[in-house]
Amino acid sequence: MRRYVIKRVAQAVGVLWAAYTVAFLVLDFLPGDPVTAMAGAGMDSGDVDPARLAALRHEYGFDKPVLVQYADYLGRAVRGDFGDAVSTGRPVTATLADALPQTLQLTAAALLLAVLLGGGLAVVATYTSRRWLRQLLLSLPPLGVSVPTFWVGLLLVEAFSFRLRWFPAFGNDGPEGLVLPALTLAIPTGAQVAQVLAKSLLTALDQAYVETARAKGAGRWRVHLRHALRNASLPALTVVGLLVGQLIAGSVVVETVFSRDGLGRVTAAAVTSQDIPLVQGVVVFGALIFVATNLLVDLVYPLLDPRIVVASDRRASFV
Amino acid sequence: MTALPDFRTSRWAPLAALLTTSVLLTACGSGSTGPGSGSNRPQSGGTLTFAVGSDAGCVDPQQVGSNESIYSVRQTVDSLTDQDPETGKIVPWLAKSWDINADATEFTFHLRSGVTFSDGSELTAQVVKDNFDAVPKLGALGVLAQGYLSSVKSTAAVDPLTVRVTFKEPNAQFLQATSTHSLGIESSASVKKTPQRKCSDGVVGSGPFVLKQYVQNQSITLAKRTGYAWGSSLWSKKGEAYLDKLVFKVVPEAGVRAGSLQSGQVDAISSVGKANEAALKGGQVTLLRRANPGVVFGLGINNSRPVLKDAKVRQAILAAVDRKQIADTVFPTGTKPATSVLAHTTPDYTDLSSDLAFDAAKAKALLDQAGWKAGGDGVRVKDGKKLSLAINWFPNAGTNQPALELVQQQLKDVGIDVTLKQGQVSQFATTLQGGDFDLVWGNVTRSDPDILRSSFSTRLANFYRLPASSLDTALSGQAATTDTAKRRQLVDDAQKLIVRNAYNVPVVELQTQLGVSQKVHGLAFDSGSRIQLHDTWIG
Repeated sequence: MRRYVIKRVAQAVGVLWAAYTVAFLVLDFLPGDPVTAMAGAGMDSGDVDPARLAALRHEYGFDKPVLVQYADYLGRAVRGDFGDAVSTGRPVTATLADALPQTLQLTAAALLLAVLLGGGLAVVATYTSRRWLRQLLLSLPPLGVSVPTFWVGLLLVEAFSFRLRWFPAFGNDGPEGLVLPALTLAIPTGAQVAQVLAKSLLTALDQAYVETARAKGAGRWRVHLRHALRNASLPALTVVGLLVGQLIAGSVVVETVFSRDGLGRVTAAAVTSQDIPLVQGVVVFGALIFVATNLLVDLVYPLLDPRIVVASDRRASFV
Repeated sequence: MTALPDFRTSRWAPLAALLTTSVLLTACGSGSTGPGSGSNRPQSGGTLTFAVGSDAGCVDPQQVGSNESIYSVRQTVDSLTDQDPETGKIVPWLAKSWDINADATEFTFHLRSGVTFSDGSELTAQVVKDNFDAVPKLGALGVLAQGYLSSVKSTAAVDPLTVRVTFKEPNAQFLQATSTHSLGIESSASVKKTPQRKCSDGVVGSGPFVLKQYVQNQSITLAKRTGYAWGSSLWSKKGEAYLDKLVFKVVPEAGVRAGSLQSGQVDAISSVGKANEAALKGGQVTLLRRANPGVVFGLGINNSRPVLKDAKVRQAILAAVDRKQIADTVFPTGTKPATSVLAHTTPDYTDLSSDLAFDAAKAKALLDQAGWKAGGDGVRVKDGKKLSLAINWFPNAGTNQPALELVQQQLKDVGIDVTLKQGQVSQFATTLQGGDFDLVWGNVTRSDPDILRSSFSTRLANFYRLPASSLDTALSGQAATTDTAKRRQLVDDAQKLIVRNAYNVPVVELQTQLGVSQKVHGLAFDSGSRIQLHDTWIG
């Protein structure tokens, strides 16, 4: 088990470093830098003195060789210092720390909704003996996965905010402001949960142990929930780990549609203004959450199925 | 266990998606404008909720350049002067009067007494000096304010209420610059803070509203300054503002802004595009529009390119563009086709619409004269070379691409082959500096005709690689005279020289369009097509 944990943690660190490096390289490939981005964005500024831009670029270190900049940033990042956002002058860590709670709230609510809606759908669809109902229910997830989040968000706002006026269209204020954005995010996510869970439930229901349980006289619900669902939930759990990353990525769109503050908005703004320190911070932070969730999932597996550690350790010893 | 590997291989996909989403996102900005006035009897009190599309991440008026942020932070500072949006005339505000020496190198302002900042400190000549000394040291966001003071020699407090600004060279535009938010006066204590602190914590000004709370990407809340008594001479209400509170909500999605206004969740919205006009019509909403002053949206020409050195080719492009079609098809209702290189809201603008009339036959004739003969595929040819040009553009407004696609089609009709080259918004400045372009799409907002000098004088950056000519004389001349009639004449000359030599291809005037609930009164545009909310009331 210890070896399993160490391996997973080492992988996580590797992913963080890779994410950081890729982000840095991609940003380096883009022409310009935050200083010119600002001068360009304020096209109203008319005459921009090239000498002044050069001086500012020097001040922020954007005129140094790429490798030196990379080493500089990485060295400081390892110590948890991501510098100051160029666009605002605020420390990157403070900016992210402010945005994080909002996004966590949103993604947690969305994940909860997704699991409830998606899980519920899968259980009902596989339980029902009415063929048409099962077909209908099982056709919903592919639809949910394929509609664009942006569009879903706008439809929900139009219906529940502008017409019915049940919920506010924008802002971070209170739980009522959370409903529509969480639902928007939960639709594609829940659809994926439903797809995976329904498939593995159907597979599980064909297994011999289900027959055994039935033969022993267990009720239909009991077999479905206690026996099949427990075994079928492992792949679904993997998907949930994966979905956390997707939810964070999805927050860029949802937070924009619903004008919520959070990591997604910070990301969009940082990229728009090519604020290199801020983008670096966002990427590492996003990767950190993603990696941490997956680490958690990895550590939960053995609890559900002890064979996983055994398999993993055996594989490691062969290398 | 059997099902696991399938899922695990794709587990890093979302992370990759996060990375790609971050990188692929691009900037999208837009403009807005219009006038509006009230009826009934004005009443004090109430809160105005205004949804804007973006947050520049900074609440220091001296540093922000984005209209959407200027709407709010403008209300926290006063300026030395104000500019009448109707006449372009500069009128008193914090300065009761001013003297300018004959060659426009020395500006002396006589300040109003009894003005205080919201921290209780008084407005003195020294405070103004502190401001003007600090502005050149602002960071990357301060380019606007820095430009206005770029050739300053010194600022001196002559006596407690008299301040003198001296420039190294004639600088007639400075008077208008003192009316802008960029040179809004902040308290001495505020000025001494670092630019970053000013950005995130806000500044102490003497304006009719005080910053109460700033939540980045979310909202800016302002409260009325009680005891305010030094408003601009342009304002109709004396003393304090009507409204108790101003709340600016950041709502990036244009459709959500429009719906929020329609459903009464906000009182006013910025940046109403053509797509949302229909949704807002018929409701309790007024659309306010005003053209932004300054250099209109058009094609900046690299006049040093061999093909474009030929005035006939440039003039052919000028004649081949059907400005009305572009304004009507792509831009919000009310957008005017360009009638000069300056928008009609710019002081000293000259109507040159006859020079900018669409005339495809004339364009073809000019190209024939220049030796470009019609080729087999419709593209003109000269000495075996095709008449092909590229237009560089940047996605800073949603209207750019459709407008340019129309331009492309119109030029094709007279035999000019045009490719559109999209760049990153951040490349704009570098593209101009580098000079590797044929034509570039853009505009500049500024409510002073001196913007022509910054854009077209060969003695400054000369981004458009113009040859030295009598245009330089006119441009320098208008910067060096305080005689309004003479300045007008020189600005008039300059516009004619630019348009008739086709040094630039003016296309449409950028229009600012706001949506305002009908219960909001007295919300009007200032000279820069931004807003002043002192006279605004709800009822």
